[in-house]
Amino acid sequence: MALSVDEAVSTGPARDHAPPSRRFGGRGRAVLEVALLTVLAVVMLFPVLWMIETSIKENRDVYAIPAKFFDFKVTMEHFKDVFVASGGGRSTLSASFLNSVLVAGVSTALATVLGVPAAWAYSRFSVKAKKDQLFFILSTRFMPPVVVVIPIFLMYRQVGLIDTKLGLILIYTAFNVPFTIWMMKGFVDEVPAEYEDAAMLDGYTRLQAFWRFTLPLLLPGIAATAVFALIFSWNEFVFAIFLTSSDDVRTAPPAIAGLIGGTTVDWGLVAAASVVFALPVLVFAYLVRKHLVAGVTLGAVRR
Amino acid sequence: MAGIEVSALHKRYPDGTVAVDHVDLSIRDGELFVMLGPSGCGKTTTLRAVAGLERQTTGDIRIGDTLVNDLPPADRDIAMVFQFYALYPHLRTRDNLAFPLRAEGLPKAEVRERVEEAARLMRLGPLLDRRPHRLSGGEQQRVALARALVRRPRAFLMDEPLTNLDAELRADMRTEIKHLQGELGTTMVYVTHDQVEAMSLGHRIAILNKGRVEQIGTPLEVYDRPASLFCAAFIGSPPMNLIEVEVADGKLRSQGGLALTPPPDLPRDRRLVAGVRPEALEVTEPGAEHSVPARVVSAEWLGDEIIYVVDHDGHRDVRVRMPPTVRFAADAPVGLRHTGGPPPVYDVSTEELVA
Repeated sequence: MALSVDEAVSTGPARDHAPPSRRFGGRGRAVLEVALLTVLAVVMLFPVLWMIETSIKENRDVYAIPAKFFDFKVTMEHFKDVFVASGGGRSTLSASFLNSVLVAGVSTALATVLGVPAAWAYSRFSVKAKKDQLFFILSTRFMPPVVVVIPIFLMYRQVGLIDTKLGLILIYTAFNVPFTIWMMKGFVDEVPAEYEDAAMLDGYTRLQAFWRFTLPLLLPGIAATAVFALIFSWNEFVFAIFLTSSDDVRTAPPAIAGLIGGTTVDWGLVAAASVVFALPVLVFAYLVRKHLVAGVTLGAVRR
Repeated sequence: MAGIEVSALHKRYPDGTVAVDHVDLSIRDGELFVMLGPSGCGKTTTLRAVAGLERQTTGDIRIGDTLVNDLPPADRDIAMVFQFYALYPHLRTRDNLAFPLRAEGLPKAEVRERVEEAARLMRLGPLLDRRPHRLSGGEQQRVALARALVRRPRAFLMDEPLTNLDAELRADMRTEIKHLQGELGTTMVYVTHDQVEAMSLGHRIAILNKGRVEQIGTPLEVYDRPASLFCAAFIGSPPMNLIEVEVADGKLRSQGGLALTPPPDLPRDRRLVAGVRPEALEVTEPGAEHSVPARVVSAEWLGDEIIYVVDHDGHRDVRVRMPPTVRFAADAPVGLRHTGGPPPVYDVSTEELVA
């Protein structure tokens, strides 16, 4: 049956129906759980909170000892500094953000354009040694990027891709295509091949059948996959710092890291830049949160 | 309308799996032809090759007088109904029906007229403005059938169209399909793994196994004289009892002494197995005339009949179909005798019919 991704996610939270244990009364246990979760949440969220606070504090409050949690003056100066250079005009940070948008966007688009048809082909056609091919594709993601960064650096220097946006786009695409193929294959498997068969009998070619009937049903899956790819490219640090050096190529992660390490560190600016950097991903993830869960739990739900 | 000619069909996938080994079929114009077999026997691949959804490795397919080997599915002038209906999820019933006609580029008035006609034929009136997800399984399959016949194709190909329906609905749809095919007189190739469906629908049945045709015949031929041990075990519920026999003093005798009427021209020098239908045996009081001693292992009370499983000289699984009035308790000592005519006899080593 046609299964939209929304259906693949259970609507209610999975509840534990086991009877509450006798030693821990139901109530006591609930209190303990909430307490533990609160502690966990505070520990996990504190850096994020502190980042946001720092980004809107004035510099003297940032360095205040003891630290000020609540009674500080709110300022938007740091955010202005992220985008506007001190002498007026665009700041280097804002250029880095634009680079990040470009590199992450283009590499995600490329990975999707290459990966979705490949996933469709692996799902629909009988291919020689299909399992081995798929395993090989997955295996390219086994090693940590750091392992290959030196060889990649040397190769890029040979072909003149060092310190270019194209170089970053290509390497991110190479990392995202295997992931896209694997995740999309799961989604394609869920769309019955009969739609394409029927369309072909109705007078369409195989590609038209894919384009007109399968692809629209895949859109939620493509959205989820693209967000994962986007997050990877957006957050990527290792390649970005090794392969780029000039301000007009550098993406945001190494640019923000570069703010730390001078004689004085403008923590307000660092925090504001980090907030600006984190926002797009949070917004995206929020928009497609349902599909993200579907993507992660794919295969756990049988049709 | 057209007959379909499949000759020396062979399909091997790139990964080395042979889906169809060698299939020859000659389907007549206007015939309801059923391809029957267990999963993996090659029946669906054969059908998909006829539809043009798979390209055969070797062999020829003709629809009418046209050699269609290299024609894309759309140019073969056939319609197919799938197990999963394959209705376009974003279109209402009306548009699902009109879709293939619009793809052909027919004028609007004719599209409307043909959709109305198909809807009337399949009684879809109230469903025309619903989308597939608001239709039940049976309704979806009726829409799928209507979408096939709206094209007025030269042949219908049906790929297990009733498998996903529940039993009661399946019987209704079976009647409907048979009636429809008779009415339209269009050639229909019907693939199923359900022998009841095959027997009740087909003018002729082809039984496939491991990519080869084991037997082609009318339902009665296939039932009375299965061409191989595979067919014998596949057709009939419960299936034939396969009893090892020897020829002795003008009779076929099992090891336990059960005597069967021998068919003429039996080869004497081979090990033989007789295929005895459950209704050609009879459970009697112990010691009745011509009977051999046996013991009831279990009884299935089906209401209109009782299937006795009896133990006959170590043959634990001899099944006998008896009227519901004849009752024996489990474990009771009984007699077993053959009442039918000469059974089909098979060679144990070649597994083929010898007499």
